[in-house]
Amino acid sequence: MDNLGRRRMEEHVFVVLMSGSILVVVGSLLSMVLTVLGKGLGALSLAMVTQTPKGGYYLGKEGGILNAIVGSLYLATGSTLLSVLVSVPIAIYLYEYAGESRRTSYTRRMLDALCGIPSIVYGAFAFTVMIYFRARASLLWGILTVTLFEFPMMTRGMDEVLRTVPNRLRETAFSLGSTRFEAATRVVLRQALPGILTTVLIGFGRAIGDAAAVLLTAGYTDNIPSSLMDPVATLPLAVFFQLSTPIPEVQQRAYASGIILLFIVLGLSVFSRWSSKRLMRYVVR
Amino acid sequence: MDRDRVDRYSYRVMKGLTLASVSLVFVIAFMLFLKSVPILRSVFIFDLLFDSSWFPLRGEFGFYPFIVGTVMVTVTAMALACPVCILSAIYLSEYASPRVRGVVKPLIDLLAGIPSVIFGLWGVSYVVPGVRNVVAPWFGVSTTGYCVLSAGVVLAIMVFPIIISVSEEVLRAVPFEARESSFVLGATRWETVKHVVMRRASTGILSAVLLGFSRAFGETMAVLMVVGNTPQVPGSLFDAGYTLPSLIANNYGEMMSLPLYDSALMFAALILMVLVGGFSLLARVTQRRITRWTI
Repeated sequence: MDNLGRRRMEEHVFVVLMSGSILVVVGSLLSMVLTVLGKGLGALSLAMVTQTPKGGYYLGKEGGILNAIVGSLYLATGSTLLSVLVSVPIAIYLYEYAGESRRTSYTRRMLDALCGIPSIVYGAFAFTVMIYFRARASLLWGILTVTLFEFPMMTRGMDEVLRTVPNRLRETAFSLGSTRFEAATRVVLRQALPGILTTVLIGFGRAIGDAAAVLLTAGYTDNIPSSLMDPVATLPLAVFFQLSTPIPEVQQRAYASGIILLFIVLGLSVFSRWSSKRLMRYVVR
Repeated sequence: MDRDRVDRYSYRVMKGLTLASVSLVFVIAFMLFLKSVPILRSVFIFDLLFDSSWFPLRGEFGFYPFIVGTVMVTVTAMALACPVCILSAIYLSEYASPRVRGVVKPLIDLLAGIPSVIFGLWGVSYVVPGVRNVVAPWFGVSTTGYCVLSAGVVLAIMVFPIIISVSEEVLRAVPFEARESSFVLGATRWETVKHVVMRRASTGILSAVLLGFSRAFGETMAVLMVVGNTPQVPGSLFDAGYTLPSLIANNYGEMMSLPLYDSALMFAALILMVLVGGFSLLARVTQRRITRWTI
């Protein structure tokens, strides 16, 4: 009986530890959001999101960070479009055409390796290529850099999504006389659309939040870029640069910019939940 | 016939794209290597890796402080993160009611999507003062707060979502029959977890941990903001350090103005890539080893 008591005790101790761990995880998320909100709300104003930095902005004068907001959106949109163009064909090839073999498992492993490469390494690599072409830091090179680190994880995500499409759908398409390409694009992709959209939006979120990769190739400017060849500012870098100034008002604006960034990311996650639920209506179960 | 041709051409395009993406790993490694040739030519590789004097102006490039800094920050982060993550994952998969799961899981997904610079902001305004005013006096040392420990704490929280979600998936993949047979023998829930579920899931959890490790290893911005960025070998967790990613991020501006500097920074990127690649190789090997021992 005593033995059972001890075993129950052990169970209790670990249940307490486990609930504690969950609290630590959730608590750190809340603490993070609340800290940024608390420090930044005071500096958040309409000017922040509607104006570009005026002269002396980084000394605490007038202006906003519209350049960084628009820049980040340009960069993330461009690279996400490119990534989709690259990763959808690769995912289709891997799952629909190649089938399970040594070669595809090798390919998947290589894609995993690409996912594991730190984004700063992509930045350094893209920088060397850019120097090779004697180009200057610009929106175009930023988009290419972000695409490099965005497409491997998108491909792996889509690969997993295609796996969930039931085989009977493919068989039905084939029995009606469609080619593999037609089955893949008209049946499988449509069935997988909710999952693919989620993957794309996660990739978009990554692209908008990453600062390290574009540090070397996108440049930084106070203007909104008017062509692909202009340098571009990004929101994470705007946060970083404003925080590194010694002036308290500008540092507070860093937190306000952080709120804007958080707002975009949270908005994305809400949109992704809502839209994939909507798209599920057109899926065969 | 036309449809057939579309099928064949699209097949070729897709195959080409796939091959190109696979070769990207080698292209990146090769380019970085090519760029680091000048510094490898002028300094003996052993000195590069194990010398701790970093004076680019004098042409002295010792990467030892950065390598040690990176490893220390990452190991601290993993030591803090692993227990919390594994216990959380067990709770979510074995104990939590559907309602609790329904609340906690989306929050963890949300944490995964938060940009690293936000972690940095939180680190600067919350973790750094906390370490300076609470943790350090407790250990009887004084520090600015911009130190290895702060970076470790921030990184630990960054890898929470990765380790938790992968391990939870692994735990849930353990078939229910395995648990049932343990319950039948009179085991408590925790004993079942300890002796049956964890044993089956150990490989998967190990790969979750290693995934978190390689993510933490290459993290740039959040670490850069709290680690202190002093090129020294940190003597303790409360000393400032410098990591390889922050070295690249901080100095790319000047790298064209000094001889060999650009080559040195590209070499830093190469070291980073080789180390991360080494870890994933290690992960694969240990996984195979452990798989032999599991049922």
